[in-house]
Amino acid sequence: MEKERARELSIKAMDLRRVVLEMIMKSGGGHIGGDFSVMETLVTLYFEIMNISPENKDDPDRDYFIMSKGHSVESYYAVLADKGFFDTKELIDTFSQFGSKFIGHPNNEIDGIEMNSGSLGHGLPVSVGMALACRMDKRPGRVYTVMGDGELAEGSVWEGFMAAGHYKLGNLCAVVDRNHLQISGTTEEVMTHEKLHSQVESFDWNVMEANGNSIEEMADAFNKAKTVTDRPTLIIANTIKGFGGGDVMENNVGWHHHVPNDEEYAQIVSAINRRKEAI
Amino acid sequence: MNKIPNRQAICEVLMEKAKNDKDIIVLCSDSRGSASMTPFFKAYPEQSVEVGIAEQNLVSIAAGMAHVGKKAYCFSPACFISTRSYEQAKVDVAYSNTNVKLIGISGGISYGELGMSHHSAQDIAAMTAIPNMRVYLPSDRFQTAKLIEALLKDEKPAYVRVGRNPVEDIYSEGDTPFEMDKATVLKFGDGKGKKVVITACGEMVRPSIEAAKKLEQEGISTTLLDMYCVKPFDSEALIKAADDAQLVVSVEEHAPFGGLGANVASVISANRPCRVIQRALPDDHVITGKSKAVFDHYGLNAEGIADTVRVNL
Repeated sequence: MEKERARELSIKAMDLRRVVLEMIMKSGGGHIGGDFSVMETLVTLYFEIMNISPENKDDPDRDYFIMSKGHSVESYYAVLADKGFFDTKELIDTFSQFGSKFIGHPNNEIDGIEMNSGSLGHGLPVSVGMALACRMDKRPGRVYTVMGDGELAEGSVWEGFMAAGHYKLGNLCAVVDRNHLQISGTTEEVMTHEKLHSQVESFDWNVMEANGNSIEEMADAFNKAKTVTDRPTLIIANTIKGFGGGDVMENNVGWHHHVPNDEEYAQIVSAINRRKEAI
Repeated sequence: MNKIPNRQAICEVLMEKAKNDKDIIVLCSDSRGSASMTPFFKAYPEQSVEVGIAEQNLVSIAAGMAHVGKKAYCFSPACFISTRSYEQAKVDVAYSNTNVKLIGISGGISYGELGMSHHSAQDIAAMTAIPNMRVYLPSDRFQTAKLIEALLKDEKPAYVRVGRNPVEDIYSEGDTPFEMDKATVLKFGDGKGKKVVITACGEMVRPSIEAAKKLEQEGISTTLLDMYCVKPFDSEALIKAADDAQLVVSVEEHAPFGGLGANVASVISANRPCRVIQRALPDDHVITGKSKAVFDHYGLNAEGIADTVRVNL
């Protein structure tokens, strides 16, 4: 990936964090910590890797994406709006408001969203079905899904890992947003995933690790995954929960679902700007 | 006595249609034998998906395939597909509006000897409570075939429950009145004297017919509604049938909550109040035994249904 392109997308990821922040401030709710940790993954997928746009959203040969960690919907909406699926201002103004189509988890009545999610542990098995069907029809599209690391405690995730390995789904690429935090504490305190790499590898997956807050590293991982066609790929995206939000927010378990007060808001805006300038 | 169970009728329809439709996919959870789908797996391996004993995966994978254009038919015992994969049915199928047909095999107390883990006496209540989920309990093999043919023509979610054992034919190859989402109306008696409506679904239609024949001998006329479409429920047929009836009876292989009887009582009380008696399985651990013996024990047979009418009319 060209340095200038990586820089451009890194800046976009910071700008979209501002959109997420405004959505959450206006609506009074949202899963901001995970939104910030997963942002580079989404920006890389939608602006560098996937064959998907408002123009080809119904093309059966498109790439498919499932946001399995549906609670990070704010970042997902922000990316889709920037991609042109809908209007960013409308999103900020109506997110989570009474009667809004922009509800607090992905809803496939909105352009660009393939499937509804929200309950954890669904995205990988659904993606397995999509990848199977694409392969049956010899379609070129690849299937991507992003899970949270807390989500890995759901048994259905492991049913999905098992089936994808069994069917050698080389057109499937899953990402775990590995920020090590969930609502009750660290993932290692709640339900450990220290052996995630070897566990998933033992299900006959290709497993890679990357800095999930680096556009360059994520793009490199996704491109390498495309070359592995005889088994599915898992990218463990090592991230910082709240990344970009500065000391007040980063790696702070209290920000899984938290609405900033005025002081915190100013600190986060300032942190995003500093990070952006440093890119 | 017919020896073809309803599940086999489903297989035959899907095999016939799959000849010219590569998008028909059958998914099983180590259940192809119980589902009578082994012939399909043999004939159409490229259109068959085995997920192993993983009912959650079964339904989610089906939803994913449907989203990419497949017509996904999932087969698993009703006790598992309606509860173990309930959330997948709710979120990935109904909420996401995918073209998935969930086929609950060995429904109700088909596995009468195997205990409550294998009974599905709550599947109607569970599935009807999900928005955008239709619920069907066909009565015999001919109606089952008509239903599957109809379901193949639409792209909406549905749950279908069939039993394990063959059901004595009600209809026939050339004479199966069927209109999608409309009850099949069967009339017994001369329409004079006392009148009763019996509403039944699934395996309970056959004994209800026998009950109606007994009552006919006693001068009681019966309008029997084969309400295979529990959701959407054919309220119009029920209201019309109950217009001059003194009693409405519902019969189902289900717990006494949230099933056919609840629908019947709700529609009658809102539109034409008259006495409604519900026959169902008890709100209890169902007694062990082959399904016929269990039905007999709880009076879910011709004599029991007829008695219900005699006592309450």
